[in-house]
Amino acid sequence: MAIQSNRLSTEEYVVNFSDVHPPFDHPEGAIIESNRCLNCYDAPCTKSCPTSIDVPLFIKQIASGNIKGSAKTIFTSNIMGGGCSKVCPVEKLCEGVCVYNLLEEEPISIAKLQRYSTEKAITEKWKLFERKPSTGKKVAVVGAGPAGLACAHALSREGVDVTIFEKDNKGGGLMTYGVAAYKVSPEFCQDEVDYITSIGGIDIQYNKELGKDISMTELQLDYDAVFLGIGVGIARELAIPGESLSGVVDAISFIYDLRTNDYSRIQVGDKVAVIGMGMTAIDAATQSKRLGAKEVTMIYRRTENEKPCTDVELALARLDGCSFIWLASPKEIVGENGKVTKLICSKMKLGEPDASGRRSPVDTGETISIDVDMVIKAAGQIPFEDLVNETKLENKTGKISLDINRETNLKGVFAGGDCVNGGKEVVDAVQAGKDGAVAILNYILGNT
Amino acid sequence: MANLNSNFLGIKSPNPFWLASAPPTDKKINVLRAFEAGWGGVVWKTLGSQVKNVSSRYSAMSYGGRRAAGFNNIELISDRPLEINLKEIVECLKEFPDRAMIVSLMADNDRKSWHDMVKRTQDTGAHGIELNFGCPHGMVERGMGASVGQDPQIAKMVVEWVMEVAQIPVITKLTPNVHSVVPAGRAVIEAGTNALSLINTIQSVTGIDLDTLVPNPNVGGQSVFGGYCGPAVKPIALKFLTTLAQDDYTNKVPISGIGGITTWKDAVEFMLLGASNVQVCTAAMISGFKIITDLCDGMNNWMDDKGYATLDDFVGLSVPKITRWEELDINFHIVANINQDKCIHCGLCYIACEDTSHQSIAIEKGNPYNTYTIKEEECVGCNLCKIVCPVNDCITMEEHRKGDEYLNWTEFQKRGLPLNDH
Ligand SMILES: Cc1cc2nc3c(=O)[nH]c(=O)nc-3n(C[C@H](O)[C@H](O)[C@H](O)COP(=O)(O)OP(=O)(O)OC[C@H]3O[C@@H](n4cnc5c(N)ncnc54)[C@H](O)[C@@H]3O)c2cc1C
Ligand SMILES: Cc1cc2nc3c(=O)[nH]c(=O)nc-3n(C[C@H](O)[C@H](O)[C@H](O)COP(=O)(O)O)c2cc1C
Ligand code: SF4
Ligand code: SF4
Repeated sequence: MAIQSNRLSTEEYVVNFSDVHPPFDHPEGAIIESNRCLNCYDAPCTKSCPTSIDVPLFIKQIASGNIKGSAKTIFTSNIMGGGCSKVCPVEKLCEGVCVYNLLEEEPISIAKLQRYSTEKAITEKWKLFERKPSTGKKVAVVGAGPAGLACAHALSREGVDVTIFEKDNKGGGLMTYGVAAYKVSPEFCQDEVDYITSIGGIDIQYNKELGKDISMTELQLDYDAVFLGIGVGIARELAIPGESLSGVVDAISFIYDLRTNDYSRIQVGDKVAVIGMGMTAIDAATQSKRLGAKEVTMIYRRTENEKPCTDVELALARLDGCSFIWLASPKEIVGENGKVTKLICSKMKLGEPDASGRRSPVDTGETISIDVDMVIKAAGQIPFEDLVNETKLENKTGKISLDINRETNLKGVFAGGDCVNGGKEVVDAVQAGKDGAVAILNYILGNT
Repeated sequence: MANLNSNFLGIKSPNPFWLASAPPTDKKINVLRAFEAGWGGVVWKTLGSQVKNVSSRYSAMSYGGRRAAGFNNIELISDRPLEINLKEIVECLKEFPDRAMIVSLMADNDRKSWHDMVKRTQDTGAHGIELNFGCPHGMVERGMGASVGQDPQIAKMVVEWVMEVAQIPVITKLTPNVHSVVPAGRAVIEAGTNALSLINTIQSVTGIDLDTLVPNPNVGGQSVFGGYCGPAVKPIALKFLTTLAQDDYTNKVPISGIGGITTWKDAVEFMLLGASNVQVCTAAMISGFKIITDLCDGMNNWMDDKGYATLDDFVGLSVPKITRWEELDINFHIVANINQDKCIHCGLCYIACEDTSHQSIAIEKGNPYNTYTIKEEECVGCNLCKIVCPVNDCITMEEHRKGDEYLNWTEFQKRGLPLNDH
């Protein structure tokens, strides 16, 4: 048993990390599918999209051959509509409520159609938006993730000059550094950022970290308003013995490495345990398997019924050959010579429902032991508590609090995305960025 | 098993499906393939004076992603030498003696030419002749085709010439490019035609290439009006057919129904409105001869279900059910009803009624699904919601009569009954 890199051939890596949701091979596919859409009134798909994309409209625009109009419909509601078409858990959003489900028929492939139009727009660099004349106002956005980019684009359209401060050297946030590699490629993420900023009036300053290279007071002084879209940090500590052994890694860092390096350079164990059953856990498990790990076991303290990931995600992990231990909670990580060899878990049973309505797990006193050489922690992320506290932002366990105008307790400082909601989806962050922009426009242009 | 055997003017065929005069019946090779596939008969592609076709020839109108909802052509009559056609007709007759062989003719506009054509056709042993008075393009400019069919006097004269020498049944094929087909129908029956067929194609422009701005089909940067056919023309054909079936003079002869027949249901509808048999062109051109299998099978099963043993048992049954507007019962009133168990909450009924009809559907907003119910007192029973609903039998129209007695418009007015007040 050993942790090692370079387990597969170049071809195997290419196959394992190719698009899980491939696009239409031919335009005909898009035409047939778009004609299948019923064009619902007050459509459930639109209502279930956090950015309220007018789904029937963009689909019918594909059907009528108006692809430009279709892309504009999507981007008007969601400037990351391209990325969202690849990463959104549509089974619980638009496609999950498509009325065809009620006929026991396949829902419309909304994401695939959305990808059809947006990908064309991005690769052909269609200029779909014009900036309004300058307002002379300038806004600082911290974080070039989905929330920050969506906010910046919406502000720029209204004639506001935006400077984005990003601590990393690429834009896109977790889209670039977090989402599974078989959903989006680094090239796509770069193209998407370039496409969004091509409207003009958005200057991204990379390698500039708030709290280190720049201070909140500076931003408040130099700009008419500030938007914080800094996301959340690394995975939560398990707080169990053995966490510092070599071979225990945090899922976010593991995925960050995978998204920013050649796959062959990423180390993975023979026998990997992944703690957690959320989206990040699934991504860590499937990608470990795709990097060549022999056995990947996902450990979750409740049962399949309470799992936080969707059925589609679980099915993906199953198909990738991961195994699952339900009702098990990590108790101790055991090692030899400083390296992980075993994971000891408490066996759990379901007790009374908790605040979330899910039945909470109770320790049975029994334990199980699994031979492993790598443990990936993915049991929730922790917010940037330090940064938030340092800047005296009002917060709840690191999640920034907002008033009804979406403003923080600091004057002229707004926020949105994972840093406020604690970690949801890209599409929620985009909506939060749009909402932030509306609030900022009201604030700086005095519309309220 | 019902009996699909058809007898049209004594011309027998194992089923009532003939291929209409067009490219599918243009050559021996096509016709033999059609007979092998099971077609009951063919009307050989129109023979006449020598012509030359252009390229391209066809165009279509697609709708909702469905190709060729309507089909259009600018072809002329057969451009092959007459001798070859006649020789091949003889050969086909020999190989398939049990199938109907009708030959379509369009001679030059003089008595001698028609006599020649009719005689040479009879010499092949063909079972019947169809006179093409309908082609709306190319031949018209030469005073033939639709220009004959559009003028009852000319049509009558030509049929008289034909009947002077005809020894086999003569069917006259009418053009739909007229206000009414009845005058031409009457004229040719007066002149002695044994039967009618309709419709030939309808003049049309199917569309324009939005890059080149040249309408379709494009012949070297130009186009002409073409003849429209296929599924889109069926309702028009059915209407023309009904006018012949309801006219006391024209309904004395058998009618061969043509125009947009694609499925067995279409064929049944033509026959219910008075066609003794049917002819098909576009459906075969778009999908091949194999469609004959389901045309026969579907009709057969329907006849079994309805208890009709032979075709004559149902031909014309719907003719009396189409009346004049003044005869309709104003007291008959229906109201839509939504079956909530079937409803998939698409809202199509609601928006159709709300935007364009009588605001008779109530909406109760929900997330993500709204609930829709009919406001019975507002509903005028127009059918729009039922038409747009994507779920079969989800919206049904239920009878809520306004009064027990039959009351038509004439009587309504006579009694001075009140009109709508809103
Ligand atoms: C492993 C994983 C997989 C996921 N998969 C999916 C998926 O498939 N589909 C989906 O919809 N969502 C997915 N998500 C969630 C999604 O990525 C996030 O909800 C979304 O990216 C949040 O956007 P954001 O802009 O709020 O934050 P982020 O994307 O986190 O962006 C924050 C940005 O701010 C920068 N930043 C942070 N601190 C500072 C600072 N102090 N100064 C300057 N810049 C700073 C960061 O570098 C980053 O670029 C996934 C998340 C994870 C962790
Ligand atoms: C390409 C083409 C060529 C046709 N040529 C003839 C013809 O030579 N003689 C004729 O009587 N009708 C001709 N027709 C008309 C058809 O016989 C038929 O009346 C018409 O297409 C309507 O039937 P459909 O809807 O089944 O096609 C032609 C139709 C097409 C599409
Ligand atoms: S719910 Fe489905 S069918 Fe209705 S508009 Fe949306 S995608 Fe189309
Ligand atoms: S059209 Fe039919 S399925 Fe759609 S909301 Fe109306 S009744 Fe329901």
